[in-house]
Amino acid sequence: MRTGASTFAEGVDLSLYIIAGIAVFFLVGITVVMIYFVIRYSRKRNPKPTNIEGNNTLEVVWTVIPTILVLVMFYFGWMGFKPMREVPDNAMVIDAYAQMWKFSFQYPDGKVTDSLVVPVNRPVKLNLHSRDVLHSFYVPAFRLKEDMVPGGNNYLWFNPNLEGRYDILCAEYCGQLHSYMLSSVTVVSDTEYQTWLTSAPGNTEEHPGLAVLKQNACLTCHSQDGSKIIGPSFKGIFGKTEIVLTDGIEREVIIDSAYITRSIKNPNADIVKGYMKGLMVSYEGIVTDEQIVDIIDYIKNLK
Amino acid sequence: MTSSALNLNYLQAKKGIFSWIFSVDHKRIGLLYLYSLITFFLVGATLGILMRLELLNPGKDLFEAQTYNQIFTMHGVIMIFLFIIPSIPAVFGNFFLPIMLGTDDVSFPRLNLLSWWIYVIGAIMAISTLMFGDGPADTGWTFYAPYSVKTGTNVTMAVLAAFVLGFSSILTGLNFIVTIHRLRTPGMTFLKMPLFAWALYATSWIQLLATPIIGITLLMIAAERVLGVGLFDPSIGGDPILYQHLFWIYSHPAVYIMALPAFGIISEVLPTFSNRTIFGYKAIAFSSLAIAFVGYFVWGHHMFTSGMSGTARIIYSILTFMVAIPTAIKVFNWVATLYKGSIDVQPPLLYALGFIFQFMIGGLSGVVLGALAADIHLHDTYFVVGHFHYVMFGGTGFAFFGALHYWYPKIWGRMYNKLVANIAFFILFIGFNLLYFPMMILGLMGMPRRYYDYLPEFHLPNMISTFGSWVMAIGLLLMLGNLIAGFRRKREKIGRNPWGTGITLEWQTLSPPPVANFDRMPVLPKDGPYDYDHKPEIKE
Repeated sequence: MRTGASTFAEGVDLSLYIIAGIAVFFLVGITVVMIYFVIRYSRKRNPKPTNIEGNNTLEVVWTVIPTILVLVMFYFGWMGFKPMREVPDNAMVIDAYAQMWKFSFQYPDGKVTDSLVVPVNRPVKLNLHSRDVLHSFYVPAFRLKEDMVPGGNNYLWFNPNLEGRYDILCAEYCGQLHSYMLSSVTVVSDTEYQTWLTSAPGNTEEHPGLAVLKQNACLTCHSQDGSKIIGPSFKGIFGKTEIVLTDGIEREVIIDSAYITRSIKNPNADIVKGYMKGLMVSYEGIVTDEQIVDIIDYIKNLK
Repeated sequence: MTSSALNLNYLQAKKGIFSWIFSVDHKRIGLLYLYSLITFFLVGATLGILMRLELLNPGKDLFEAQTYNQIFTMHGVIMIFLFIIPSIPAVFGNFFLPIMLGTDDVSFPRLNLLSWWIYVIGAIMAISTLMFGDGPADTGWTFYAPYSVKTGTNVTMAVLAAFVLGFSSILTGLNFIVTIHRLRTPGMTFLKMPLFAWALYATSWIQLLATPIIGITLLMIAAERVLGVGLFDPSIGGDPILYQHLFWIYSHPAVYIMALPAFGIISEVLPTFSNRTIFGYKAIAFSSLAIAFVGYFVWGHHMFTSGMSGTARIIYSILTFMVAIPTAIKVFNWVATLYKGSIDVQPPLLYALGFIFQFMIGGLSGVVLGALAADIHLHDTYFVVGHFHYVMFGGTGFAFFGALHYWYPKIWGRMYNKLVANIAFFILFIGFNLLYFPMMILGLMGMPRRYYDYLPEFHLPNMISTFGSWVMAIGLLLMLGNLIAGFRRKREKIGRNPWGTGITLEWQTLSPPPVANFDRMPVLPKDGPYDYDHKPEIKE
């Protein structure tokens, strides 16, 4: 297992070790006894069997002992879990968003990022949101996982206690690129965190339309180089004539500003032939009208 | 007395395909199920081997991500709905329950035939998604909303297929319950029934009471996709967590539909090859009922990370641990049955011992997952995949193969090559453990399940697992090949009791049994089904 990097790791690992210890003891013990019996009482060595119908004392013993053991195991599981639901009042609150197939994080001051950077030894609470289907926020090094449910209000918290960069994985199957839905959480010292927080967000030279596309994970499915990922590529798409399916009926459309706007707000209305329906959610309310103008301007110039 | 046409065996009685597919003989229906199930098992296993090939190395090896997702969905749907849920009850329950109860058929033979036909129709519907519509579903066998509502693949047909298959399961359960209540031979009280019958009894109640819930839930998915009714998709006013509750209210008890009949098989095989009475008959019989009962209240452990309240998680966790107790009791009683026996190591016993070992790993890894703290880390990882394959395949699958080797001479009146069967078992056993144990390690390392591609640190265990899948495939082919070759072997004289030590009623009739099951009245042992002290004399 990876080294634990949050205050939860100890409790989780303890419950794992205790249960694994009990499990290995019983597995090995029972297997050895079983093999011993098979050899000791083989038909050759023991041609005449003894019929023993049962033994009440033994039945009681092997009911009571497992009962005690499962209660012990339950207890350690519970104790390791208990702090996960007790969010400290001083926790820094960050909103975590999931969508096919990208995580994004919004800091209290409005900063939006693709990956988490957090100061060491300071509790962080994540409010978990999803924009489309189920996802799950999983950091193996923190021994922490909670589903990101659309329309739900799940949360989790952690107190990272070891500096380093750790993987964030999506643990709930979410479609085609599920296994590529990765991000990272970097635990840094307090001073490094302050520097990072005040640094300018990304490349300021960037076209505002491209920034919007990046921020909303559009480029996970729509390439800029003409290759087909999940949806049609943006390269050279503006002004092109495409065959689309509207309510199952094929028709030709010219890709113009109106079409792009409709595809952002109501993506399943017209599906370009050869692509799958239902995979994109509406971005109405997520992307503003001004941002759509920026996007169209950017796509126009993507020849 | 063994002359008249009455004693023609069930295989010879009538000829032609129609005498099979419209047969109301429980034995023929059992074999219809067997041949259909083995076919789907081989399809499912092939898909599984393809998945392992793709996962041999990180990055793309064979398929696109979308194809891989469809393959693992199809693998799950076929293995769960078309193989493991019907498996032991539909094949061996149908064939042997009436014989073990000393009667001539199930209570409703025509209903029994209908349930096989419903199974076939459901299976055709499931397979049709490969050929029609927008491709087979890519949701995983759990059909989790809202992805299953949004995806463009043919989820609607897949869930309708599972809906139809549910009826087959319900009818079989109903038939067995009535048969057990009404058709036991005179003198056979409930507490003198073989343990296989007890296991089927507990299973049948779950089939009857839990299956309607999944049926309705899956119809709701279809309604949401086709009619746009907002049930589970939050973007049209639904609640995805509701779906998970409804799904697991059935699908957790369904785990016991898959596991309990296997317990029944083990409880039959152990006394026969130990040549002694079962240890703790009542403990084993009642623990089946206890598991079936408690199993209804633990579904929430599939949702420990879904956002349920902490209190609900704690309650589901302790209830889950309760299931471990009757399960442990069973294992202890089985092992105690070997004590002071006179053990004849034959292929069916090897499968039973393999079952106990692998089922323990499956069960104990289940205990790990029942603990809240550990589950938060391991939920939806390969640990879970390893765990349920140990229970379902290492457990139920091995019990199924064990039953096939155990009753083979009774069903077909022939014997397979035992040496080859033993070799096949060991290859299968080694391959199985090589294939699935590394998955537990991967889960502990943090590799999520349903992953088409993975980070480089997960490479080695994945390679070992894929290697194991090849070893297991060889074992499977050798095992099945040996059984098929058994049909062509020179017919040797198979007596009524080919293992010499069988005590339940099926060993008192001819091999293969006559159409009416018994050529003479079966005799019950004096004190219970496994009373080896008063084992009735069986004359050929």
